[in-house]
Amino acid sequence: MKVTEKDVVYVADLANLELTQDERASMLRDLNSILDYVDRLNELDTTDVPPMAQVSDRYGVDESKTGSARFAYASREDILEGLRKSLPHEVALQNAPDTDGTFFKVPKVIER
Amino acid sequence: MDLNSLTIDAARSAVQEKTTTATSLTEAFYSKIEKDDPRIGAYLTLSKERALEQAARIDSLAVKGEKLPPLGGVPVGIKDVMATQGVRTTAGSKILGNYIPPYDCTAVARMEAAGAVVLGKLNCDEFAMGSSTENSAWHPVHNPRDLSRVPGGSSGGSAAAVAADMAVAALGSDTGGSIRQPASFCGVVGLMPTYGRVSRYGLIAFASSLDHIGPLAKTVKDAAIVLRTIAGRDPMDATSAEVPVPDYVAELEKPVRGLKLGVAKEYFGEGLDSEVRKSVEGAIQKLAELGCEIVPISLPHTEYAIPTYYIVATAEASSNLARFDGVRYGYRAGDARTLSEMYRRSRDHGFGAEVKRRIMLGTYALSAGYYDAYYLKAQKVRTLLVRDFEEAFKKVDAIVTPTSPTAAFKLGEKVNDPLAMYLADIFTVTADLAGIPGISVPCGQTKENLPVGLQILGKHFDEATILRVAHAYERAA
Repeated sequence: MKVTEKDVVYVADLANLELTQDERASMLRDLNSILDYVDRLNELDTTDVPPMAQVSDRYGVDESKTGSARFAYASREDILEGLRKSLPHEVALQNAPDTDGTFFKVPKVIER
Repeated sequence: MDLNSLTIDAARSAVQEKTTTATSLTEAFYSKIEKDDPRIGAYLTLSKERALEQAARIDSLAVKGEKLPPLGGVPVGIKDVMATQGVRTTAGSKILGNYIPPYDCTAVARMEAAGAVVLGKLNCDEFAMGSSTENSAWHPVHNPRDLSRVPGGSSGGSAAAVAADMAVAALGSDTGGSIRQPASFCGVVGLMPTYGRVSRYGLIAFASSLDHIGPLAKTVKDAAIVLRTIAGRDPMDATSAEVPVPDYVAELEKPVRGLKLGVAKEYFGEGLDSEVRKSVEGAIQKLAELGCEIVPISLPHTEYAIPTYYIVATAEASSNLARFDGVRYGYRAGDARTLSEMYRRSRDHGFGAEVKRRIMLGTYALSAGYYDAYYLKAQKVRTLLVRDFEEAFKKVDAIVTPTSPTAAFKLGEKVNDPLAMYLADIFTVTADLAGIPGISVPCGQTKENLPVGLQILGKHFDEATILRVAHAYERAA
């Protein structure tokens, strides 16, 4: 097994999850089964193959240009309000679980 | 006239010519939803007020004798991963159970600007993660063709609503096959456009380099009309491309004779259901009769697409879903004493099992010590998969394959085996990884009357050709 119980606890911590004891057990089983399958990628020699984060840089609109110049159309002037106005205060807060009307409220961060 | 089974043009003409009104049409769809949706489960939220206001606007245009816009009065549904201002948007998740977006997704806004009437929000797998819609936090969707079976996923509500005449057309999203596979399972048309063709602004992010918005519709022409409406550069999405949008509807009528269609042997191997194979081979035969030249090709890295996808997609998801922390919107666990405990409990209670599984897998693949072995490796194999298509498209104009290796499976059949569920996407993930467009068009059915889908994959920004081939097949079949 690649992934150990300790790994599950560590990764859950990185991901801001706690997971119940049962969830940890099933996660251990599922992650190992999936990663076993993923291991077949190692059958391929990718020594000289460049990694690809997304396809746009491969199919940039203007092929005579390279790198970020291909995407010049995607940049814009630095305008005061941006492309749309910021949300009004009360709209930005309306989905919040807890506010004091001005700020988002969360449990105390600093003990004193 | 059966108002519920109309195509886009027929519905719009009926309103334009005052055979009916947009308001009556909208009400007919709500009656149908009220009657049939309790058995199917396609809708999560109805937006009646917004729909009837839009219908009234369209009716006033019709009364004045003004020419209606291309979707004037046409009732549509929207997958619940697209933000709709003032209308609850959950992404199929409890963590967004009470989220009311303060803005509209660009694709939705463009649909409404073209006259569409948004009936409501359609069920889906939580955060679009799944292939059966059983991962919806609310309730599963039943396939209208056989209620004991899944509609596919993750846009299962979108496909089921169109198949069951509860929407003329719908918007879905496709990250690994989530438009095309449910379209195939429910017997409707589903189109994933090229990456960058349709703005992702307002689409709740799953995997940003793979997410696409596209139409599900009753006919290829309807899919073309919707694509024409939503396509094109949007400054709100930096990855939306500045590529001219052709008139997809006019392009449909060009002849297909002489087009070269590739058939890749890797899509017809082990694991392909024999009845699906027979239907798809029949469809390819039909395309040959229409004058297309069938060319055997190879896409040699196909078997590596699923493992590549599940690393790339989960890595991106783990990052995208970090924003759900119970602070600014969404669910917050009420019993936490510290901030860190609040984040954890909100996410623990708010996310479902599959979402947590993918966050964990993605976090693992990005974590120190494993990044090179998993994430970087998958990114390199992604390059190989793209090169496969680049080579193939030197020889052919489009590629024809089955959309899914099987017809719709039973509810519960794969729900406890994540890997088996992932393999349902084996023929669709390749196009997402390569960013090329793909369409699924119905091509017959199995002995149990379950629909089968033919997938047509095209070159970058060449939706026109795959729509044209799909249209020619649809008309001939």
